[in-house]
Amino acid sequence: MITVKNLSKSYGTNKAVDNISFSVNDGEILGFLGPNGAGKTTTMNMLTGYISSTKGQALLNDIDVLENPIEAKKLIGYLPEHPPLYLDMTVDEYLNFVYSLKKSKLPKRSHLNEICELVKITDMRKRLIRNLSKGYRQRVGLAQALVGNPPILILDEPTVGLDPKQIIEIRSLIKKLGKNHTVILSSHILPEVQAVCDRIVIINKGRIVADDDAGSLSANLSSDHKLIMRIEGNSADIKKLLSGVDKVERVSVGREVEPRVHEYEIEAAQKSDIRRDISKKLANRNFPILMMKSSELTLEEVFLKITTGDIYGNVESVNDDSRPSKKPQNQPKPKGKKK
Amino acid sequence: MIAILKREFIAYFTTPLGYVFIGVYLIFSGAFFYLFTLTSATPSVGSADVSVMFSMMFFVLMVTVPILTMRLFSEEKKNKTDQLTLTAPVSLFGLVTAKFTAAFSIFLISTAVMPIFGLVLNHFSDVRWAIIWGNIAGLVLLGAVYTSAGLFVSALTENQMVAAIISILLNVAFLLSNVLAAYIGIGFISDMLTDFSLLARYSEFTIGIFDFSNILFFLSITVVFLFLTVRMLERKRWS
Repeated sequence: MITVKNLSKSYGTNKAVDNISFSVNDGEILGFLGPNGAGKTTTMNMLTGYISSTKGQALLNDIDVLENPIEAKKLIGYLPEHPPLYLDMTVDEYLNFVYSLKKSKLPKRSHLNEICELVKITDMRKRLIRNLSKGYRQRVGLAQALVGNPPILILDEPTVGLDPKQIIEIRSLIKKLGKNHTVILSSHILPEVQAVCDRIVIINKGRIVADDDAGSLSANLSSDHKLIMRIEGNSADIKKLLSGVDKVERVSVGREVEPRVHEYEIEAAQKSDIRRDISKKLANRNFPILMMKSSELTLEEVFLKITTGDIYGNVESVNDDSRPSKKPQNQPKPKGKKK
Repeated sequence: MIAILKREFIAYFTTPLGYVFIGVYLIFSGAFFYLFTLTSATPSVGSADVSVMFSMMFFVLMVTVPILTMRLFSEEKKNKTDQLTLTAPVSLFGLVTAKFTAAFSIFLISTAVMPIFGLVLNHFSDVRWAIIWGNIAGLVLLGAVYTSAGLFVSALTENQMVAAIISILLNVAFLLSNVLAAYIGIGFISDMLTDFSLLARYSEFTIGIFDFSNILFFLSITVVFLFLTVRMLERKRWS
């Protein structure tokens, strides 16, 4: 259980983190989302006691990080942005060092074996960390965080710099870890957070701009009432046809991408699904659909929308059946309520 | 704390640093022993005079101990491994003393050559062991002061070279306080500066005076620098 109350960090007059509050329940995976320089790393450094807060409080299982740092730090496994690796040690030496550094009481050999299996570095244990690739270094960093089996894991951009296969592996690993750890994970990649986290906190310029569970947030942000299509045929006819579909509010014709094929942007009333109607009508008139997709907002657009209050807070949950795979797996743990 | 001590100690031998320090130390002490004790032009009759060798070691330590201490905190800061040690359940004091002890033990290993010199000398003449042990005690105390001063400087910067150079300058300042005192005519200021001169106090060891106030002085300076290092790490967190 992590509770953050009015946490602030100032560097001179510059407020890196400005009065943020949130809490993470046991067994929850919280995604900490924000663009570069939003204050994600600063917040995590404050949670782990690496730097102090200017104001406010961070409680880990009701232990204040500043008041009782040693006890609080025993609860944490931290993977910072740059994995804190000693390049002159082998993986084995390093993990043994971390094991004794954290004063772990678990049976050493089996515990370390288990971790190495989990993050798949068993083959690399005799290698010098200096000679490992970025992906393996990241895994050793993750292994380090897992040593001593701490109840709270704080992972700062754990998939940065990995190849797509590794990213998927690490994500599924984090999901697995989330079953018996409390996890905070930071990222600037929206789909990543959507794929892994139960709840998402969005932070921008040191302030929390959104805090909600992943399902409803992603529905709010995905704006599936807006479609981008490519249709072959006379653009004027097609525009007229599309405008006639029920609940369609606006149709705009874009550039011609291929001969006789135009791109169309169709906006419908909110909470409506117009895809079936549209495809039926176009099929009837023999206009082939070459592409249809929900317009996805980039993170920058999401921020713009959130900070101007355009989407978030006005829209309730929308059934997002277009991308069930991106929804988080149901977990038997209690979901965090919005603060 | 033991974990950090062990790691730091081993790190001196997985990098060239430990070997370089021990090598340089042995070359100079050996040369001084040969030149100023064994083949000294004006041998003290009937005794084995080691005082010149030990006073020359003052200058060797001044330059070499910073090599030993320069990496202790600056390297961690640069490689960001301090995020591991500072977020581990270890107190800052434990961290600082562990690093100090690691560097200091490398120094002690090198200093172990001194009693061997005594044995060599014993082969040629009567050795007054009390003098040798007194000198070694002085050397060890001096090493402790330099180590903790270097440790403190290392916590100030991310750059190892800068740490080494500033440590040497700091050590020179300790040396020069004596010289400076001579130039300042004002009684109590020059008295104070003389009191802070490591050279003056260390010289007393080399001429065979075993004064407890000097021992206390060296130990307190060591502790003060260890304390300052802890405060410096603390301050970095709060800034």
